[in-house]
Amino acid sequence: MLTAIIILTLLATVFGLILGYAAIRFKVEGDPIVDQIDNVLPQTQCGQCSYPGCRPYAEAIASGEANINQCPPGGEATMLALADLLGVDPQPLGTEHEAEPEATVAFIIEDTCIGCTLCIQACPVDAILGAAKQMHTVIESECTGCELCIPPCPVDCIVMQPVKQTAQNWKWPYPIHTLEARK
Amino acid sequence: MIRQLFQYKGGVKLPEHKQQSTRLPIQKAALPQRLTLPLQQHIGTPSTPIVEVGDSVLKGQMIAKAASLISAPVHAPTSGRVIEIGEYAIPHPSGLKAPCIVIETDGNDAWCDHRKPVGDCHDYSPDQIRDYIRNAGVVGLGGAGFPSFLKLTLGNDRVVETLILNGAECEPYITCDDILMRERPLEIIKGLMIMKHALVAKNCVIGIEDNKPEAAAALRGAIKELAVEVEVIEVPTRYPTGGEKQLIKILTGKEIPPKALPIEKRVVVHNVGTAAAVYRAICLGEPLISRITTVTGALKKPANYEIPFGISAAELLAQAGVEESSVERIIHGGPMMGFSLNSVEIPLIKTSNCLLVTDKKTVPLLDKQQAHACIRCGSCADVCPINLLPQQLYWHSRAKDFDKVQDYNLFDCIECGCCDYVCPSQIPLVQYFRFAKTSIWQAEQEKKQAELAKERHQFRQLRIEREKAEKKARHKAKAAKVAANNSENSDKKQAIEDAMARVKAKKQQAAEASPEKPESGGNT
Ligand code: SF4
Ligand code: SF4
Ligand code: SF4
Ligand code: SF4
Repeated sequence: MLTAIIILTLLATVFGLILGYAAIRFKVEGDPIVDQIDNVLPQTQCGQCSYPGCRPYAEAIASGEANINQCPPGGEATMLALADLLGVDPQPLGTEHEAEPEATVAFIIEDTCIGCTLCIQACPVDAILGAAKQMHTVIESECTGCELCIPPCPVDCIVMQPVKQTAQNWKWPYPIHTLEARK
Repeated sequence: MIRQLFQYKGGVKLPEHKQQSTRLPIQKAALPQRLTLPLQQHIGTPSTPIVEVGDSVLKGQMIAKAASLISAPVHAPTSGRVIEIGEYAIPHPSGLKAPCIVIETDGNDAWCDHRKPVGDCHDYSPDQIRDYIRNAGVVGLGGAGFPSFLKLTLGNDRVVETLILNGAECEPYITCDDILMRERPLEIIKGLMIMKHALVAKNCVIGIEDNKPEAAAALRGAIKELAVEVEVIEVPTRYPTGGEKQLIKILTGKEIPPKALPIEKRVVVHNVGTAAAVYRAICLGEPLISRITTVTGALKKPANYEIPFGISAAELLAQAGVEESSVERIIHGGPMMGFSLNSVEIPLIKTSNCLLVTDKKTVPLLDKQQAHACIRCGSCADVCPINLLPQQLYWHSRAKDFDKVQDYNLFDCIECGCCDYVCPSQIPLVQYFRFAKTSIWQAEQEKKQAELAKERHQFRQLRIEREKAEKKARHKAKAAKVAANNSENSDKKQAIEDAMARVKAKKQQAAEASPEKPESGGNT
């Protein structure tokens, strides 16, 4: 009995040490700051920041190569969140950027679609369904509104539509009232 | 025994305006030609239709089933035909549309025949009773419409010491619970006994504000008649005593911490209307297809109406004698927690407890179009029943600083409107809080959406990598095959060449031998 306990304790200690050593020796070098930046980005994957997707942009910010105001879909909120995360001063958005961009999704006019599959190849999140020579459809809940599928379409049958408002995703408006000075 | 009552902090005394709608007994609303039934009349997942356009339906027949655990089925309020399943405006502050089942009524009001009234609920287990209540589509009729069976379910090892029926009805103008308690006290007490059985609760208490002596007397009469043990307790009239946590505090002295459920403190609260609905579901086999709604304010015939769900607000207001020229606003719910309707072409649903018509003269409303700067008077914090600091919440909501506003416990705010009511600067505080809450929800939704997009993008990149690798592998295989073919070909060539060489050699041999032949032939 006693020997069994001693042996087990010894074994536990030895394995514990091995595990502990392995954890230090084989530590995976992730880049937490890139992950953190990537988490703040809207993941639209549109490339408007001039990088091929959100993660490359996150890497560029982390390396100091890019500014924090280059993501139009994120708008002001993303820029401020990045400034907050990195402890830098907010940078003004370009004039062509809206502060609160409207969320949109792609819609394929199915009667016009010729089934060329070019849009499928362009979609960064595989949100378009369809096979060759058949009409295509956008899975609305998966579409990020990146607009990358629009230029390749040879018959211009993809349009962007505002995300449908429902009682579930509706937001109370910001109160409107005048603010009068007290007399 | 005189029970000791407790008092929660804050709250306000409001003008009641309750007499005008209690002069008449419950009025039965005339059955309209069309009923529009939203698939979502409760908190949780919208229900799923189980009828198709063209189907005939009978009164009480289930037309949409619960889609998840937190969901409630919808039943046909009368007999008729399903003429459409489509999107219609619903009673919601957004004025947006949502999926509805539209029934054209046939006027027969014919019941479906699979009603199964339960004689004595004690012959059934609490689980069976809960199932009945669930299938009857009963939701909390006091306000939010949370599926009731969930609040009749005990967690593991949980005990319910006190089952409270909420008959406080503290919001001005609303009297649907008051009139129900006055006219149908037996239904309420019988329903309460069923709930008690389902929860295996030890005590039952009914809390009523002391401005409803008739209701309290009626309930006491019913309790005596049924010879059951239920305490009716009058609590001081003060807004928002009808809030769940406020009523618990008053009656039991227990504080329910933020985000905690009352059941964690061995208390469960249900509305009196819900108790009556439970009675009807169990003892009469009637699913929830109607309710009492107060229609009051600037009207000819303010009263409480028993309405079938799906009746349009316009129809009901017409029956109550609305004078359209003087209408300023129509509010769904009470003046403190309700919202203005953009259109009266909306159906009334399980949570429609009141329609309040305002005009400029008789029902003046706080219209906060003009606010002054906050003078930091602190009145808002004095009246907040949750002990929040509305002024801070306002400050950060206004600045859209959604992290800070959550540090001040925005999500504990019950939107009672007390702070709004007392603010001398006329700041629409609750509007700011609603804006902040829904903005935060939306941001969370977007965050989830972004997570999903990220995953799908990574997956796509992996897929492309894999496809590339596969293509490469295929190319390699092909190249190898071509090479193999080539070598095979060369083998063949070789064979042909060999064969040709052999043929040539033979020919040569033959040629070498042949000159002798003619010779020999010539010789012979
Ligand atoms: S612009 Fe923004 S959303 Fe688009 S790829 Fe760049 S970081 Fe992503
Ligand atoms: S690119 Fe245009 S035409 Fe081609 S499949 Fe997509 S939607 Fe259809
Ligand atoms: S009651 Fe109004 S004015 Fe007074 S502190 Fe609160 S928000 Fe400011
Ligand atoms: S609305 Fe919210 S902040 Fe204002 S008094 Fe009520 S609970 Fe407190």
